[in-house]
Formats: sequence, C-alpha cells, structure tokens
Amino acid sequence: MATPNTPLWEVFIRSRNGLAHKHVGSLHASDATMALQAARDLYTRRGEGLSIWVVPSSAITASDPADKGMMFEPAESKIYRHPTFYEVPDEVGHM
Amino acid sequence: MAIASISVSETPLVLYTLRRADDALILGHRLSEWCGHAPMLEEDMALANMGLDLLGQARELYSYAAKVEGRGNDEDKFAYLRDVRQYRNLLLLEQPNGDFAQTMVRQFFYSAYADLYWRAMMKSSDATLAAIAAKSEKESAYHLRHTSEWMVRLGDGTEESHARAQAAIDHLWAFTGEMFEADASERGLIDAGISVDSASLRPQWLKTVADVVDEATLALPKNDWMQQGGRDGRHSEHLGHLLSELQSMQRTFPGAAW
Repeated sequence: MATPNTPLWEVFIRSRNGLAHKHVGSLHASDATMALQAARDLYTRRGEGLSIWVVPSSAITASDPADKGMMFEPAESKIYRHPTFYEVPDEVGHM
Repeated sequence: MAIASISVSETPLVLYTLRRADDALILGHRLSEWCGHAPMLEEDMALANMGLDLLGQARELYSYAAKVEGRGNDEDKFAYLRDVRQYRNLLLLEQPNGDFAQTMVRQFFYSAYADLYWRAMMKSSDATLAAIAAKSEKESAYHLRHTSEWMVRLGDGTEESHARAQAAIDHLWAFTGEMFEADASERGLIDAGISVDSASLRPQWLKTVADVVDEATLALPKNDWMQQGGRDGRHSEHLGHLLSELQSMQRTFPGAAW
C-alpha cells in the first residue's frame, strides 16, 4: 500500500562475490532498516543474494523518455565503439 | 469418517522434543493465517517467511521425536493425529493473531527467548538437537531483529499504534513465564547436558525485551502472575479451533496425499 509513510525503495542484489549489485525490483517500507529487511524477505528467499542495497526511489534521477532520440540514437551509428575486433581471454572472467 | 488419534510413548526425550516441535508448528501455523491478510504486501511475505522457518524446525523436531520413540509414528502423524490434550506447546504461541501488534508482540516475546534457547542448545550433548539448534538459531536471530524493529516502530509510532502495542504487551505478558519452566521430566535432561535450563535464560531475555520495550517508549507490566499448563496439554480454548482447521483434511480423508 503506498501511503506517505511508506515510500518506495529500489532494491539491488549482488548474487556472488565479484559481481556488481543488480537492480531486481522495488518495494514499500517506512524507512531504510525496514526496507532492507523487506528486501531480504522479498528478493533473497531462494538464495539469490549475498548483499543487498536499498535506495530511496526519490533519490534516483532518471532520463526523460521523451529525450530518447537525442540521448541514445547518436550512439547507434558508431559501430567502431564495439570492441569486436579482439578476443577476450576466458581467464578475464566478468567484464 | 474421522480417524482416531495416535498414542505417543512420552519418554522424557520424546516429550521434550515434541514440546519444542509443537511450539514451532503452532506458532508457524498462526503466522500462516496472516497469508494474504497482512497490512502490506512486504510484511505478508515477512510473516510467511518466519512461518516457514518455524515449520521447517517443527518437521526436523517431529522427525527426531519419531526416531527416538521408534514406534512407527512420523512427523505427519504427530501433527495431524494428536488431540488437543496431546499437544505440548506454550500457551503464548496458540494465542490468536489479534491485530498486527498482538502478532508482533507474541513473536517478539518468543523470538527473544528462542534466540537464546537455540544458541544455548548448540552445546547440547544430543548431536541431533545440537544440529537443529545450529540451523534454528540463525532463523530465530532474524525473527528477533525483525520483530524488534517493529516493536520500536509500533510503540514509538502513532498514538494508535502505541496503544495497540501496549495493549498486546499487557495481554500476553502472563504467558511468558511458561517459557522458563522445567518439570521433573526435563530436569533429568538438563542434568545430562541434553537440555539447557531455560530458567537460566530469563535474566538475559528480560534485558533484551526491556531494552527494546524501553526504546519503543512502551512499558512492561509489573505483575508477575503467570499462566501455565501448555507443556502438560492443558490449553486455552484457542488451540482446539486451530487444530480443527490444521487437522481437518487428514481427519476426514485419512492418509490423503497430493
């Protein structure tokens, strides 16, 4: 239930050491401590995580979907930015 | 056609294990009653998670009791085919959910105890109970943390939440004494190092509870008259109703499986 007393939080889970925290979803909670506990109960009940971040959704600054063309289309024509011309050794792992 | 209750050969260790198994099953069942009814989705999941932790503890304890008893009973028979007078759980844990504050206070009182109890039981001379304790301790520690946070938010929240939390404390306080009792059958297990003497846990329990209650701007009652009887099968009227729901399927269709 969204009320003024239960703001929205974004949840990030790190599934293994060495990986980055990934956004998994959101939840409502009264404060950071309760948000962390709710995240544990909602998003790690099948052993998904080793570490949790919760961030107030209000702290996120998002790009405007209306700016999509200006923001992202200029990158589409620049295939030379994709590092496709060399091979990454397996030992490097996650990049 | 209804099915008859089983008989249980209650040697001290069987009785002891059944008492703890019943604690976990009955409280776990109470928490499951919240499923789909909690004040918010997030807490609905939290309550179900705690209930499932407790159900897991109950299953391990029932299985061990069945093994120790060695008379062909199993976890399902213990859960579904014992009458209310054969149940040995604490009276506190069968008390109805009431409002959210009452559920939280009940869970907080018990988890503050269970956390200490399981931690002490990790040193039990009984290897199975020690192993169950090692797993249960982590679960209880989280239940205590979660309910402590709620205690503070309810007590130090609004006028309404404060009043409800205080009413729940006043109502449930008389059921807390039973956690620290040990009868003659448990004395032998304490002497053998199989069980911890729960009475020795009370000072630390009281400190944990008092600290949180204090931070929550709530107060513990001054009266020290305590209810008892659950460990001997003398229950409040609420357990019969709980069991009629819990057991109805197996009593009506004996051995039904899916």
